[in-house]
Amino acid sequence: MSIQTLSFNQLKQIALQREAFIYYIFFFVLLFFAVLLHDTAFLTLSNFMNIVKQTAPLTIMAVGLTFALAVGHIDLSIGSVVALSALVGALLLQHTGIPLAVIGALLVGVTVGLINGLLIERLQVSSLLITLGTMGIVTGIARQLTNLESVPIINQDFTFFFGSGKVLGMPILLFWTVVIGGCAYIILNKLSAGRHLLAVGGNPFAARAMGIKVTRVRLYALIASSTAAALAGLLYAGRLHGARYTLGEADLLTVIAAVAIGGTSLFGGRACIIGAILGSWLMGIINNGLILSGFSTNEQMIARGIILVMAVAIGVKELRHG
Amino acid sequence: MVRSALDQVALELASITKSFGGVHALQGVTFTINKGEVVGLLGDNGAGKSTLVKCISGIHAPDSGEIKVNGNAVFINSPEDARAVGIETVFQDLAMIPEFNIVQNLFLNREIKHKNPLLRWLGWLDTKAMTKRARKSLNRLNTRIPSYKEQIHNLSGGQRQAIAIARAVNWGADIVIMDEPTAALGVEQSAQVNDLIKIISSQGVAVLLISHNMQHVVETCDRAVVLYQGRSVADVAVAEVTKEDLVGLITGAKKIAA
Repeated sequence: MSIQTLSFNQLKQIALQREAFIYYIFFFVLLFFAVLLHDTAFLTLSNFMNIVKQTAPLTIMAVGLTFALAVGHIDLSIGSVVALSALVGALLLQHTGIPLAVIGALLVGVTVGLINGLLIERLQVSSLLITLGTMGIVTGIARQLTNLESVPIINQDFTFFFGSGKVLGMPILLFWTVVIGGCAYIILNKLSAGRHLLAVGGNPFAARAMGIKVTRVRLYALIASSTAAALAGLLYAGRLHGARYTLGEADLLTVIAAVAIGGTSLFGGRACIIGAILGSWLMGIINNGLILSGFSTNEQMIARGIILVMAVAIGVKELRHG
Repeated sequence: MVRSALDQVALELASITKSFGGVHALQGVTFTINKGEVVGLLGDNGAGKSTLVKCISGIHAPDSGEIKVNGNAVFINSPEDARAVGIETVFQDLAMIPEFNIVQNLFLNREIKHKNPLLRWLGWLDTKAMTKRARKSLNRLNTRIPSYKEQIHNLSGGQRQAIAIARAVNWGADIVIMDEPTAALGVEQSAQVNDLIKIISSQGVAVLLISHNMQHVVETCDRAVVLYQGRSVADVAVAEVTKEDLVGLITGAKKIAA
């Protein structure tokens, strides 16, 4: 279908789609801060590059969480996985090379995701409760691991690949965002795997009746979610030249808000990767704008909360009205 | 009715039993369906209709008895097994994903993959080919659909039913089981579904129709099999009995040697 053949009604339908909402709010917030902060460096390319770099871990987490939400699960453990994977990566770097450290850190994510998934499926308990529990466990382990000490990273190659480096003229953190976001987009929109993820989230009984292995699909989704969080941990460690148990601590709310406002349903069946990425950038812009306007971190937290409630309100309203 | 070319048994059930704990849901069900025949499965609530359907479609495994498809004994332990031998079930809730569009639902878990071997290995979807085939199979059922990009939850009950039936037939099913296909439909849409059933049976598909609606059974079915307390108690040609006879058989007031 080409653009020319779209009727007015179809255009209207597209413009009113839930997925389109993020574009409006993105534009509106951008305009708002651009006017409000016209005498600052807000509306400069370098400031936006900064925002993208700073939010790269959040973006990766948002992309991962989209997979969990697509199958109808929530994953609250992602913030804690960030801290543990960063610490494990940093500790391994003191003894081995980058490949093993990266594999070790990502394995943290795979393991937590696997445990989450197996517990949810075996016990048939809501993912909210299970991941709340594993969040506590993983946070505890991360604190115990180094006795609340931070672990510095002096390996320059590591900080290049996961922080300050540049590839093809763009910051490597943007590169990571594009690669992971692109892969996730292809999986969810172009591959049968994504179709099955969304089918499981949309109507698990129908998916099972049509022969989709529902349990396995859900397990993969949770592994994807926490492995993405583990990668986010590496990106934090690379950018900050070290790992600390506080990493990712405050990110959960931001990530859920970003994904929800991006058009992904919190009840499964609909996922929007571009929305998740834009949503996380939106959160970055809001943070950045609020800082430049002189607001405190406490006030930023309130703003994040308001956005989440707003996004959820819209989502629920749509759910009821079909 | 002349059906010489189609007078071959598509599905044969012999002494099927199934118990859940102490409840003997099925205590010996025996009947056959020929190719191109529409057989109504009747019975009161609790007579064992749903259990029997689940045994044939692979959701439950029967405790004993034999299922033969086209003359060959088959063991059906999962929905995949049922599908592999050519049995498709149109479930009462239609097993649709409300957020998916028509093509996505038609090809759920049987997506057409891209021709390029590498992309095919990745599971890359060939949406164009699927849309084309969707159009073909819905046309064959005389079903008009506003747009193939329409999400399922925007369609009428009759259209959804048509898509569920098309999905079953699309996969070359020899036997289609339909669970109360008109239960939630209005008069006009029920008539459309009846037409659909006639079309697919004229194409040689054997149809097992579960229904509470006597009118519907009389209009569409060639034969009716009545279950009473887990047994098949009657197997009658619909043309030879009245609605009242059928009701009597269902309630157990009337008896015919099965």
